[in-house]
Amino acid sequence: MDTLSQLLNGFAVALTPINLMFALIGTFLGTAIGVLPGIGPALTIALLLPITFKVDPTGAFILFAGIYYGAMYGGSTTSILLNTPGESATIVTALEGNRMAKRGRAGAALATAAIGSFVAGTIGTVGITFLAPIVVELALKFGPAEYFCLMTLAFVTVSAVLGNSTVRGLVSLFFGIWLGLIGIDLQTGQPRFTFGLIELLDGINVIVVAVGLFAVGETLWLASRHAHGKDELLPLSGSLWMTREEWKRSWKPWLRGTGLGFSIGALPAGGAEIPTFLSYYIEKKLSLKPEEFGNGAIEGVAGPEAANNASAAGVLVPMLTLGLPTSATAAIMLSAFQSYGIQPGPLLFQTQANLVWGLIASLYIANVMLLVMNLPLVPLWVKILAVPKPWLYGGILLFATIGTYGISQSVIDLMLLYAIGIAGYFMRRFDFPAAPVIIGMILGPLAEQELRRALTISQGDWTVFLTRPLSATLLALAAAALLGPHIYAYMAKRRAA
Amino acid sequence: MSNFDLTRRDALKYGLAAAAAATSLPGIAQAQTLDRLRMYIPAAPGGGWDQTGRSIEQVMRAAGIMTNFQFDNVPGAGGAVGLPRFLGMRGQGDVMMVAGLVMVGSLIANKSPVKITDATPLARLTGEFQAVVVPANSPHRDMRSLAAAIQASPGGVSWAGGSAGGTDHILVGMIGQALKVEPKAMSYVAFAGGGPAQAAILGGQTTAGVSGYGEFAEQIKAGRMRCLAISAPERQPGIDAPTLKEQGIDVELANWRGVFAAPGVSPAQRAVLLGLVDRMVKSSQWKEECEKRDWTQIYMTGDDFGRYVASEVTRVEAILRGLGLAT
Repeated sequence: MDTLSQLLNGFAVALTPINLMFALIGTFLGTAIGVLPGIGPALTIALLLPITFKVDPTGAFILFAGIYYGAMYGGSTTSILLNTPGESATIVTALEGNRMAKRGRAGAALATAAIGSFVAGTIGTVGITFLAPIVVELALKFGPAEYFCLMTLAFVTVSAVLGNSTVRGLVSLFFGIWLGLIGIDLQTGQPRFTFGLIELLDGINVIVVAVGLFAVGETLWLASRHAHGKDELLPLSGSLWMTREEWKRSWKPWLRGTGLGFSIGALPAGGAEIPTFLSYYIEKKLSLKPEEFGNGAIEGVAGPEAANNASAAGVLVPMLTLGLPTSATAAIMLSAFQSYGIQPGPLLFQTQANLVWGLIASLYIANVMLLVMNLPLVPLWVKILAVPKPWLYGGILLFATIGTYGISQSVIDLMLLYAIGIAGYFMRRFDFPAAPVIIGMILGPLAEQELRRALTISQGDWTVFLTRPLSATLLALAAAALLGPHIYAYMAKRRAA
Repeated sequence: MSNFDLTRRDALKYGLAAAAAATSLPGIAQAQTLDRLRMYIPAAPGGGWDQTGRSIEQVMRAAGIMTNFQFDNVPGAGGAVGLPRFLGMRGQGDVMMVAGLVMVGSLIANKSPVKITDATPLARLTGEFQAVVVPANSPHRDMRSLAAAIQASPGGVSWAGGSAGGTDHILVGMIGQALKVEPKAMSYVAFAGGGPAQAAILGGQTTAGVSGYGEFAEQIKAGRMRCLAISAPERQPGIDAPTLKEQGIDVELANWRGVFAAPGVSPAQRAVLLGLVDRMVKSSQWKEECEKRDWTQIYMTGDDFGRYVASEVTRVEAILRGLGLAT
C-alpha cells in the first residue's frame, strides 16, 4: 500500500500544469527526433542538459523521460512508411511494417505500433512501480557468461530473416559482424579494421548502416526499376484502421513483446534491440500464418514495437533502483542528476522520493499523451504514401542524409551512408537479405565482448558456460530453438515412412 | 576556402586584441579583449569533458567574466578523433579545448600520430581519485588481503573497469607493478561505461572493481560495495577510505581534467586565456560548482602544467607498455 500512496503523491507532482507542459513538450520532441533517423534521445537530452541550470529537477526529468518514451514511438513511423528506421530498436519494425505499407495496410501497421507501444509502455511502467526492487536483484545475477548465452540465443533469430538461401543469409550475417567489429577493441584498446582512419576508431553507427541498406539501397533499387518503366502506385486497401482480425492477431504479440522487452531491458547489458529480434522470431514461430512473414505480417510489427517500448521502461529499473546507467540515454539522464547535486544510487528512492515518484507518474501520463498524439496522426502520415514516387524517394534521401549528418556532423558518415547504400542496392539485386547484416552488426560485437569477458574471469576455462545454471539454461534454449525444428521434421518424416 | 578566410580574419582580430592585452594591465582589462570564447570538446555531449566545459561556461557567465560562448563537440576514441582537428586551429587565440588523462592513454593505445603536448597546455582544473572496491559480501576486508590474493594468483583476481588503456586499467597496471606481478597476467575485464561495470561488481561477477570514487560513492554509502582504497596521496575529506600508499602500495593517480589552447598561440594570446581561467577558478561560483559535482580542485597553470602533462605522457606510456598495450 505504501507504493500506491507514494505513486499518488507522484501523480500530484506530475499533474501540476507546469510539469504537464514539460511532459507534453518532451513527448512531442521525442516523437519528432524519433522520426528523424540518426538523432536519438541520448543526443537530444545531452543537448538539453544546460536547461538543468534553469529548470527544477522534477520538471527536467519529466521532460527527459517524455523524450525517451516519445523517441521509441516516433522511430516506428519512418520504419513503416519509408523503410528508414529512426532508431536502432525500430529496425526490426521496418521488416514487416514496410511490407504492410506496400500492401496498403500502412494505417493498420502504424496503429498496431502505437497501441502496442502504449500497452507495453504502460505495463512496463507498472513493472517499474511494483517490481523494480525484485527485478533488479535478478538482473544482477547476469554475468558475462549469461550474457554470452543470451546473445547466442538471440543469434538463432537470424534464422527467421535468412530468406530463401541460407548461404546468402549467412554471408549477410558475417558482413554485419565484420562491420560491427570495426573500431577500437574494448578489451585491448587496439583499433581493428579501421584502415588507419581515425573517423573509424569509434566504429560505425548501426543507424548509418540500417539507413544505408534500407532507405538508400531501396531508393537506388527503385530508381533502377523506374528507368525500365515499371512504376506501381502504392494501393491503399481496406480500412485505414485495424480490422477485427488485425486486433485479434495483435494483442498476444503485444503482451509477449512487453514481457521480453521489460525483462531484457532491465538487464544491465540487455539493450533494446535484442528483445525486438527475439520477439520477431517468436512471433514468426507462433504465427498461424508464418508464410505472411516477409510480406507484411502484423504480428511482426506488434511484437517488436511492444518490445522496444517495454525495454525503455526496463532500462529505468537499474537506473532508478541502483543508479546504474545501462543505456546511453540513461547515462545522460544520470549526468543531469549530477548537475543538480543529486547523486543517483541505491538510496535514490528514499532521498528523492518526490522526484522519483513524480517521474514514474509522469511516465504513465506520457504514455497516454503519446497515444492521444499519435493515433490522430495516422491518417496524416499515411498520406505521405500518396506522394509520387520520385518525390517521395527524393525526400527519403534528404531525410536520411540530414539525419545521418546529425549523428556526429561527420562527412565520413555521409560517405559511408552512400557506400553502404550502393552495397545495399547490389545486395538487393543479387538477392542477399539485409536484415542479417543488422543483426550481425548489433549482436556480433556484443557476443564477442561477453565471451572474452567470461573467459578472462574464468581464466580461459570454457566450462563456465555450462556450470552456471542460468547460462546453461540459455544455451539449452538456443540449441533447442536451432535444432528442435530439424529433429521434429526428421521424426515426423520417419513416422510417415 | 571560407575556412581560410575566417582564420585570417580571426588572426587579424586577435592579433590586435593580443596587442591590446600586452599593453594593458592584467585582470579585468584582459577579459575584455576576447568578445567570444569557443569551447572545443573532443567528446560527446554529456560526458565528463563536456560537463567541465559547460560548467566553465556557466561559471564565467555568472561571474561576468565572459558571456559569449560557442561549443563544438567532436566525439570519438577518448579524444583521439577530436585532437587532430583542434591541432589544425593553429594560432587561434579564442578557442579552448577540455581534455585530460583519458586522452593521454587513448592516444598512446591507438598509436595516434599526434600528441597532446602539441596543443598548448593552459591549466589543470579538477581531478578525481580512483577507488578500488569489492562487493559487500567479499572476503577481502582491506587492500592487504586483496594484494595477497593478487600475489598468490594475479589472474585469479578479476577486475571490472572501463575500456582498456583507460584510467581504470592504468591504475590496475600500476597496482600490479607495485606488487611486483606481471601486469599483463592480471585479469582486467573492460566494460563499456560505468553502468555495466558497476552491475558486474554488485553482482559479484568480478573480484574487484576500479573507477572514479564518485561513481561508486552512493553504492558505498548504501553498503552494497566496500571501498578498500583510494589512489590519493593522502586521506581525502568526505571519503572514508585509506589510501593505497598507507596500505603499502606506492601508487598515486588522479584522473585530471584541464584546458588547452591551440598550438602556436602567441604568449599574449595564451596570457589572455590564462587570465580568464584564473578569474574563473578564483570565483565563488566555481567553488560551488565543484562542490556540487564532487570535483576535487587541483589547480595548476602554465609551464608547471606543461611539464606535468609531459611527465604524465611518459608515465602512462610505461604503464601501458607493461600492460602490453603500447610498444
